[in-house]
Amino acid sequence: MDAWTPTYGAGLLAAAVLLPFVAMLLGLALGGRWMQRVVFALMPLQLAVSAAIAWFWLRGDTLVYLLGGWAPPLGIALRADGAAVAMLLAVAVVVCGIGLYARADFGTPPEARESRAAFGYWLLLLAVWGALNLVFVSGDLFTLYVALELLTFAGVPLVCLAGSGETLRAALRYLLFALCGSVLYLLGAVLLYGGYGTLDIPLLADAVRPEPIAWAALALMTVGLLAKTALFPLHIWLPPAHGGAPAAASAVLSALVIKGSWFLVLRLWLDVMPGVATASAAQLLAALGAAAIVVGSVVALRQQRLKLLVAYSTVAQIGYLFLLFPMAFDADGVMAWGELAQAAGLLQAIAHATAKAGMFMAAGLIYAALGHDRIDDLAGAARALPLAVAAFFIGGLALMGVLPSGAYLAKKLLLASADESGQWWWTWVLTGGAAFTAGYVVLIAARVFRRPAAPLQGVKPVSLLSQWAALGLTLASFALALAAVYGPLSDELLSKALSLKELGTMALTFAAGALLAAALSRKPLFAPQAAARGGVAMLGAAFEGGDRFVRRWPSAMLALLLIAGGCVWLLVRG
Amino acid sequence: MSVEMLFALCACLLIGIGLYGLIVLPHPLRKLVAFNIMGSGVFVLFGALAKRGAAAGMLADPVPQALLITAIVVAFAATAVAVALLLRLIEATGSASLADAPASKD
Repeated sequence: MDAWTPTYGAGLLAAAVLLPFVAMLLGLALGGRWMQRVVFALMPLQLAVSAAIAWFWLRGDTLVYLLGGWAPPLGIALRADGAAVAMLLAVAVVVCGIGLYARADFGTPPEARESRAAFGYWLLLLAVWGALNLVFVSGDLFTLYVALELLTFAGVPLVCLAGSGETLRAALRYLLFALCGSVLYLLGAVLLYGGYGTLDIPLLADAVRPEPIAWAALALMTVGLLAKTALFPLHIWLPPAHGGAPAAASAVLSALVIKGSWFLVLRLWLDVMPGVATASAAQLLAALGAAAIVVGSVVALRQQRLKLLVAYSTVAQIGYLFLLFPMAFDADGVMAWGELAQAAGLLQAIAHATAKAGMFMAAGLIYAALGHDRIDDLAGAARALPLAVAAFFIGGLALMGVLPSGAYLAKKLLLASADESGQWWWTWVLTGGAAFTAGYVVLIAARVFRRPAAPLQGVKPVSLLSQWAALGLTLASFALALAAVYGPLSDELLSKALSLKELGTMALTFAAGALLAAALSRKPLFAPQAAARGGVAMLGAAFEGGDRFVRRWPSAMLALLLIAGGCVWLLVRG
Repeated sequence: MSVEMLFALCACLLIGIGLYGLIVLPHPLRKLVAFNIMGSGVFVLFGALAKRGAAAGMLADPVPQALLITAIVVAFAATAVAVALLLRLIEATGSASLADAPASKD
């Protein structure tokens, strides 16, 4: 079959992209409290569209939609391959979960006045949804550029919904840094067009050769996308933006918006230029990922506020998303396991999207109920808010890779590939990384389960629907992984899941996490070990200082250039 | 030197100036101008490539023009959003600094 034969049911792809934008315009026209009603009407519709696209894909059809009936290279095609289908479905589920949660925060009950923040929130939620769907199904690098910009324009105002000076500053930083990334991406796309005369992904994949123009383009586009994804050390904007936004908006930003640009890196490396990318350049990406895991996790352990802890945990989790790149290459440096790496990456991304959305929502609920989210004063929260706290922990466990979560399956896939290709150092990072995640799970557990000195006073009631939405999303993290195993992936992944070795690894991870939390947290976890902490506490403070240094604007920009330069060098050297 | 080469060199210069500005200038408005200069450089480069006619073998390639006009609109929209945010920031805090507020001592 020709790659551009429009297929039966392809209109679904156009619908998946268009419906959110149509709904947006409809909501704008009707105005006020109608915006939210439009969103809630769209949710089941979009879920059905995504499910229908997935059904076509499971049947073995790859849906292709030609805009205006023009085939590439002149026209633009929308395509739904496995990766796109998985992300479409996951995003639909996560947006619906977040929407249900946000009803309490941004709903407009009949007796209440309409507010600008609420109107803006629902509008931007739709914009994020439409832009993400376009990122997933678009088969053309320039359309992807427009989709990424839409995503940024939708994400930035979400940061400053509250309108305070601090959030406005975070939003502006985010916008300017993201714009810098998008110019670099556009420059790369322009170079590719100059070299090969097309921007269509399959056509380009056939045409690109390892030569200077492709190296320059790949390096520029990658580094531009890394800036938008906020991979360490380019996370200049992420902690203030994700930590300062309202919880319902942070969940969107952290779970979904960064996945757009990450997905595009995946597309570029594995689909567009598998012959140009080299194993050594992939090592660079994964090395940045490993640095992100260590620095993000250590700084997360040092935070005083729960929401900032979750934001720094996102910095660390973005690192995990880049560990897959070296695993796509075999021992000879040939990209032999692109599909395996892609599957692992998608599992990790979906696990993070669902779990992290749930964790931000839980943090928001705790803040709303207690009136603060200071980690040291959370004693008794578990009793006051059992559902929200449960959601937080289930999300944490899902991210740690407790079986059978998506993160567990992703880790299994990557470990197998690391063994096979002899990249033993990534085995260490993959196993050690989970201990860092365990660290902040244990830290929060030690706080919320403590008995408060005095019974908690003035705990505000929070919406039950919001609590169940948070819990439901974190549980969905496990459910989606199971669906993947019983669907497209082989179920051998779970065959040894309950063996002694696996359970032993899990126990070790928890023990290491507890040690890390005890050593690095700002206040001692248990009274007797206070004396032994001097040196380690200094180490933690040093990490914090380093993080503050790389998050200054000039150092971030220089890091951007250095990464681009390093990437080119590693691509040329082969 | 051919006309396309001249334009391509101009493009490199503009991109370089923009990048330098983005790195060293602290004021957000200047950063925004630098972003626009850098963007213009990319647009000029695209125009030079269109003249070379990489795809069609015609006098000039029409596709980049269609893409360019979209990219210009996107850059314009980005600038508008950034200026709006900057105005709100000045309104709310009285300064246009992007630096983090000093960490609170609690």
